[in-house]
Amino acid sequence: MNLTLRVWRQKSSASAGQFVTYDAHDISPDMSFLEMIDVVNDRLIKKGEEQIAFDHDCREGICGMCSLVINGTPHGPLQTTTCQLHMRSFKDGETITIEPWRAGPFPVLRDLVVDRSAFDRIIQSGGYVSVSTGGAPDGNAIPVPKADADRAFDAATCIGCGACVAACKNASAMLFVSAKVSHLSLLPQGRVEEERRALQMVAKMDEEGFGNCTNTGSCEAACPKGISLDNIARMNRIYAKALIKNSVG
Amino acid sequence: MSITLDSKIPSGPVPSKWSRYRQDMKLVNPANKRKFNVIVVGTGLAGASAAATLGELGYQVKAFCFQDSPRRAHSIAAQGGINAAKNYRNDGDSIYRLFYDTIKGGDFRAREANVHRLAEVSVNIIDQCVAQGVPFAREYSGLLDNRSFGGAQVSRTFYARGQTGQQLLIGAYQALERQIAAGTVEMHARTELLDIVLVDGHARGIITRNLVTGKIEAYAAAAVVLATGGYGNVFYLSTNAKGCNVTATWRAHKKGALFANPCYTQIHPTCIPVSGDHQSKLTLMSESLRNDGRVWVPKRLEDCGKPASSIAESDRDYYLERKYPSYGNLAPRDIASRAAKQVCDDGRGVGPGGRGVYLDFADSIRRLGENKIRERYGNLFDMYRQITGENAYQQPMRMYPAIHYTMGGLWVDYELMSNVPGLFVIGEANFSDHGANRLGASALMQGLADGYFVLPQTIGGYFAASKNGEVSVDRPEFRQAIEDVETRINKLLSINGKKTVTEFHRELGKLMWDDVGMARTKDSLQQALKRIPELRNEFWENVNVLGGGLELNQALEQAGRVADFLEFGELLAYDAMQREESCGGHFREEYQTEDGEALRNDGEYAFVSAWEHKGVDQFPVLHKEPLVYEEVKMAQRSYK
Repeated sequence: MNLTLRVWRQKSSASAGQFVTYDAHDISPDMSFLEMIDVVNDRLIKKGEEQIAFDHDCREGICGMCSLVINGTPHGPLQTTTCQLHMRSFKDGETITIEPWRAGPFPVLRDLVVDRSAFDRIIQSGGYVSVSTGGAPDGNAIPVPKADADRAFDAATCIGCGACVAACKNASAMLFVSAKVSHLSLLPQGRVEEERRALQMVAKMDEEGFGNCTNTGSCEAACPKGISLDNIARMNRIYAKALIKNSVG
Repeated sequence: MSITLDSKIPSGPVPSKWSRYRQDMKLVNPANKRKFNVIVVGTGLAGASAAATLGELGYQVKAFCFQDSPRRAHSIAAQGGINAAKNYRNDGDSIYRLFYDTIKGGDFRAREANVHRLAEVSVNIIDQCVAQGVPFAREYSGLLDNRSFGGAQVSRTFYARGQTGQQLLIGAYQALERQIAAGTVEMHARTELLDIVLVDGHARGIITRNLVTGKIEAYAAAAVVLATGGYGNVFYLSTNAKGCNVTATWRAHKKGALFANPCYTQIHPTCIPVSGDHQSKLTLMSESLRNDGRVWVPKRLEDCGKPASSIAESDRDYYLERKYPSYGNLAPRDIASRAAKQVCDDGRGVGPGGRGVYLDFADSIRRLGENKIRERYGNLFDMYRQITGENAYQQPMRMYPAIHYTMGGLWVDYELMSNVPGLFVIGEANFSDHGANRLGASALMQGLADGYFVLPQTIGGYFAASKNGEVSVDRPEFRQAIEDVETRINKLLSINGKKTVTEFHRELGKLMWDDVGMARTKDSLQQALKRIPELRNEFWENVNVLGGGLELNQALEQAGRVADFLEFGELLAYDAMQREESCGGHFREEYQTEDGEALRNDGEYAFVSAWEHKGVDQFPVLHKEPLVYEEVKMAQRSYK
């Protein structure tokens, strides 16, 4: 396959960026999208040009490190991570536009690499069960209904990639935050702190500059792990309950 | 400096060593703990759990990872599960049985005392993870579910669908983030270790590069913990993440830490084969597929290019069923892997490049129906389709073995401290618990055992006994290390050669895979030992690393890691050469039984090989830690 790439190049967070056009010829349809960029990068180096910087690690769709907005869609045309997207999803002769996540709280560090540490800080604000090592009761001491465990698992499969934020016109992190709140609230171990957790995480999300949720559902559509909008509804219930309790005392 | 290997195994019967150790160990009182700074490098299961637990205990922790967040570490990709001797099934499991299975699975090349401790704390891990909110699979009763796994006759594996590693890592990550919020852990993401600093023979700090700004920085501490994973990427193609590297353990090795058993590398038989030269990594497919798939290749060379459906039944060679009639397609990992290599070496491999064998579900689909197969393996068939574009319900899957895990690592004593005082090594980065071969669902167990329950205890003993005062990063040892790191970076940036870092890495990987891979011979190892230094020299003369040091420069990061692999690969080959026997993940073709099984030599090789670095291009010195079996009798592993 022969393709034309329009790639966002930006030297650092302080400098201005621009699209640069590259020719990607002799690309095999069996290559993953990232392998295609590997090939383009190796050719760039041979020509004495610096390679395109992009985040990636496991390349099996689970670490959440890869990003890329491909032709305007986070992670590209399939509902999967960029590393699991293969070139057979594109047409010979196509022009592909590749950009970093575009969101205020995710500043570009270089080219296609963005800073997602805001997600870590949101987890720091309460995305855990406050249990220290040692002294945990037996694993079977508290039965968890299978349906709850399964739903908690579904929410917990979030890989923290940030596609939901990149897809949202408001750059809202509601899907990410609500997936964590839901995961922990659906289990008895996490329910103890659920109200405090929801209030703190939402406050932190706002403080980090993520926008509000207007229920367009674009986050769910872009999520490579199929995290459901139901989680946002669940978090809103917990949050509202906590707010009322707090105001009534 | 002469080195004596003291494993510090406590006296007394094996089952009571760990409790005895804990009774006798020195403690640090809570008020004093905050005076001790600990550096933890790596935030996978071992590193994240250790950093969190040390923070909870009151130590001042600095944690480092090269990824953009501690949640990305490659522990996240583990699929199957985690073992624990809970005996919730009432099927006869016990701590002793988990201990025995692990020793036997390791082909009698692991240290008994460590493995017994691992089995003991396995039960605490499950409790801990449940309390953190890890959503393990449950039965309708609400109680925890178990599955069975290779190398065991009991069901002791706890799991969270096919994403157990992810869920356990997120648990440890959240515990770590909680400590970051509490101020006990200072997190440095996108930061790579480039050297270890010794002061008066003790590990007292590290030199790092900030991967965003490129700034070289020094950090001092009372002790350094490495949790930096395995070295599978020395083979270029492996199931490891792209960033996995040997740099931290290799730099520690060059500063005096012994490297143990580097030749023990685990190969997984069912991975999606290479599709071309562009291939950047390999993806594992669960071994469970072999329950219903039949492995075959064409009998005749000329049939290999034809579609599978056009090859008549009588022209197919179901070689596992033919060679191992009693185990058939379920032959153990190492046997199945080597048999696949053999038929491909014969020229009978299938798919692009001829490095693949068929895993055919047609019989099972006829027998059970497509729906049953979809129910059992649907997600795997989907994953296969996504990567290869092929529908495995209609045509056989293609599979090939791949490097998956490395049992070797830095030598550590019972306290998980290397021979360099104050340098602790945990998780896959150390050599300690798996012997020559790791059983399924044991890697997660070991990482969390080390991080939650072992290291946080044993490190206190070191602090209580050592009289280390505070050190400043202004000391000459730190300044010298910074200078060394900067010199090396400048050198890499100034070569301006003709080949890219990836080209060198790929070449090293091919060489390692061909000559030091699944089946090794004296000749192939000699060949590797000749070629690796040549390739290394060429790298330092002809690599092209563009860009500068003081910026985000992924080519430079990669160059430093590949440079270390080019030194480490040689040590791996030395170790494989030295070990004139076959055991677990190390197979020397000269040493096999008539059935092609590994032939151990307990008389001469029942020891841990621990290598001392003497300089690049110098022959390393071998130290031996004899393996003494008090509890278990060494026996030939049997698959009959």
